[in-house]
Amino acid sequence: MTLDSKIPAGPIAEKWDRHKFEMKLVNPANKRKFTIIVVGTGLAGASAAASLGELGYNVLSFCIQDSPRRAHSIAAQGGINAAKNYQNDGDSIYRLFYDTVKGGDYRSREANVYRLAQVSVDIIDQCVAQGVPFAREYGGLLDNRSFGGAQVSRTFYARGQTGQQLLLGAYQSLMRQVHEKSVRMFARREMLDLVLIDGNARGIVVRNLVTGEIEKYAADAVCLATGGYGTVYYLSTNAVNSNVTAAWRAHKRGALFANPCFTQIHPTCIPVSGDHQSKLTLMSESLRNDGRVWVPKQKGDRRSPEQIPEEERDYYLERKYPSFGNLVPRDVASRNAKQACDDGRGVGESGLAVYLDFKDAIKRLGPEVIKEKYGNLFHMYQKITDENPYEVPMRIYPAIHYTMGGLWVDYNLMSTIPGLHVLGEANFSDHGANRLGASALMQGLADGYFVIPYTIGHYLASTPLPKVTTDHDAFKQAADNVQQRINTLLSVKGNRGIREIHRELGRIMWDDVGMARTQESLTRALTEIPKLREEFWHSVSVPGSPDNLNQSLEYAGRVADYLEFAELLALDALERRESCGGHFREESQTPDGEALRDDEHYSYVAAWEFQGVGKRPELHKEELVFDEVHPTQRSYK
Amino acid sequence: MRLNLKIWRQAGPNAAGRLVDYVAENVSPDMSFLEMLDVVNESLLRKGEESIAFDSDCREGICGMCSLVVNGVPHGPDRGTTVCQLHMRRFKDGDTITIEPWRARAFPVVKDLVVDRSAFDRIIAAGGYVSINCGGAPDGNAIPIPKDVAEAAMDSAQCIACGACVAACKNASAHLFMSAKISQLALLPQGDAERERRVVAMIEQADAEGFGSCSNEAECEAVCPKEIPISNIAKMTREYVRAVLAAK
Repeated sequence: MTLDSKIPAGPIAEKWDRHKFEMKLVNPANKRKFTIIVVGTGLAGASAAASLGELGYNVLSFCIQDSPRRAHSIAAQGGINAAKNYQNDGDSIYRLFYDTVKGGDYRSREANVYRLAQVSVDIIDQCVAQGVPFAREYGGLLDNRSFGGAQVSRTFYARGQTGQQLLLGAYQSLMRQVHEKSVRMFARREMLDLVLIDGNARGIVVRNLVTGEIEKYAADAVCLATGGYGTVYYLSTNAVNSNVTAAWRAHKRGALFANPCFTQIHPTCIPVSGDHQSKLTLMSESLRNDGRVWVPKQKGDRRSPEQIPEEERDYYLERKYPSFGNLVPRDVASRNAKQACDDGRGVGESGLAVYLDFKDAIKRLGPEVIKEKYGNLFHMYQKITDENPYEVPMRIYPAIHYTMGGLWVDYNLMSTIPGLHVLGEANFSDHGANRLGASALMQGLADGYFVIPYTIGHYLASTPLPKVTTDHDAFKQAADNVQQRINTLLSVKGNRGIREIHRELGRIMWDDVGMARTQESLTRALTEIPKLREEFWHSVSVPGSPDNLNQSLEYAGRVADYLEFAELLALDALERRESCGGHFREESQTPDGEALRDDEHYSYVAAWEFQGVGKRPELHKEELVFDEVHPTQRSYK
Repeated sequence: MRLNLKIWRQAGPNAAGRLVDYVAENVSPDMSFLEMLDVVNESLLRKGEESIAFDSDCREGICGMCSLVVNGVPHGPDRGTTVCQLHMRRFKDGDTITIEPWRARAFPVVKDLVVDRSAFDRIIAAGGYVSINCGGAPDGNAIPIPKDVAEAAMDSAQCIACGACVAACKNASAHLFMSAKISQLALLPQGDAERERRVVAMIEQADAEGFGSCSNEAECEAVCPKEIPISNIAKMTREYVRAVLAAK
């Protein structure tokens, strides 16, 4: 297999415009004859389904929640980037492009990122027109803030609920299309297989989560917008039902999975309090603008923070990175917190936390200003931990937050299976090895509103697609496979809880494939994961029946897929013997402990082809070419 | 802590339901309410018994999926809090806690504590949007919106559509939910063009779904996890009157 990224020719600034002109169009009267399936209703899925419905296609939209408005995009707090340059501070499409390629540690595809920066400006216009209540200045114009260490103010926001407001904008557009009958909505459905006919993606098999029925849907093209795989770590900031199942089933049908080892760990989460914990809560990165990160200088110092005098505190980020200080990028801040804790200087009961201290900011600005800026976050922190951050420093620790890897797609967002398109966090293409703050919302909406409506038309207009129905053998076969797997899960009748096994998988992943990875830890993970998978299929307990709402069965299916996927993630991490972005190999670091890339050997996208469970997948490489932004060592000293 | 739980179990939409007693052992005060239920479910699972079905997803108070009535109060005793953000330190050792689903004709029980809230989606589909297609939107700064107007729209836009307002209302009215969206869009210039059509269509849909009317008791406001005030309902009523008069 050769990977053709289908990047259009020409100068980078003209590629997308030229490509839009060169792509084939579907006649307006013919659009309704094409059926498109969109799986997932987060920012990417909802915006895609709505836009395709508006164009006149016959769209079928699926989500696992009870309503499309609940997808996890709703939880994004900080904001959305766009190269509007409303602040006249030197921003431009080129600068947003440059920052994103550099921030991704030179492991993303330049042409895709440039297009992302180009359409970013249209996204803001679209959302404003939908009635998204972005923050505004007194003059009535849109407000911006600087975010995630960017040198310009290009982040648009709606309080601390930007994701919610953007998703509701997309959801409302989607419901309008449901009302117009161009989109049919299928909530509480979980995609469990992709159906290929003559090599093309022609439909899906889903389980109706309420009735348990296995349902088949045929289409001319399929879009997956099913999000990332952060919950392979058990604890993450993702929603508890987020999963890799749809993407993994597509992978097993032949879609290549790219760069699974690129995972992002967010430095400011509320630390784990015990085994019962089901998820981690993120505290917005903006807290680092005023909070100072520190640990005691002395190992094992168990005194309470106010008893530790100033000279016995180590403000390690300010010490090591004098020019960026507490505002270093996410990966650097996370790794340093881990190092401090590994060194025995962590704080709190578990020793797995560092302080984020607002004492100086409160002294400087007064508690009222701090309250105005961070009141809702302080409130949330107090609610969860029962501690008042105005009086005692917050305790924070890194947690899995976003996954940059995903199904491989070309410039048209099409996977290696013709007709299967992948959007948003579920694909791999735009963030390289590390995503910048406020860029996830941008990418989800770019893919759904402004890329897929063009590229899918080109696919439909240029591909012969004979009519198929769900009576085709391929549907029957896929449905039988799904049914069989369900029966197997229900018939194990062991005595181990699903959560218990998921938690154990999470421990392996966090300890051995987490923030710092070594040849040794990854090799160990690669022997432990298959063992746990074996254990799962022998001892899991999945009570209940297949023919009604059965949350244990849903959960067991997702964990079973994670037990296969985790191996791929660990293998990808083992094979990439360099450090870059969120992927840190201890063997590959500079003398002062920073991530050391190896462009000579690893400047490629690792795209894996499935060969069977437990069998080594085949590696395909897409070499990355940098014509515009020349790779350099990132430095935040 | 050790807690006595009385939990609503119902096998399906047409089955009879009842409260079943469970004991939750070793409950830590740091657990969230849903994590406490996770632990109960895990112990049921190990015994080969079917787990208690309840909805949840983000577990940080924003997706609107969780929906439990705790001791008679939707989302439990803490104000401005979804049940996923309620922590067990709010309870004492030996407490008895009753856990039920949302109860409203328009929210039929699917199983145990899970209800069907698709009526809310149909209300939004009836008109809870600005009718613009993707592409061709004017520049985001083309229409200035005063900061206080944008802030007021955002106050209403925070609704998470959990349905606690309906569960708390003796009439099972969806007025707070509907009015939050209607207020948001009526306040903004983008939503202005359709404000009459929108308010009429959404209210008609709510009636068709079987939600009741409002008798101004403000139970909805008291349980709303986003603390959306009933002044939105007043705004919706004004919008409705305006629309009906304008229709003449």
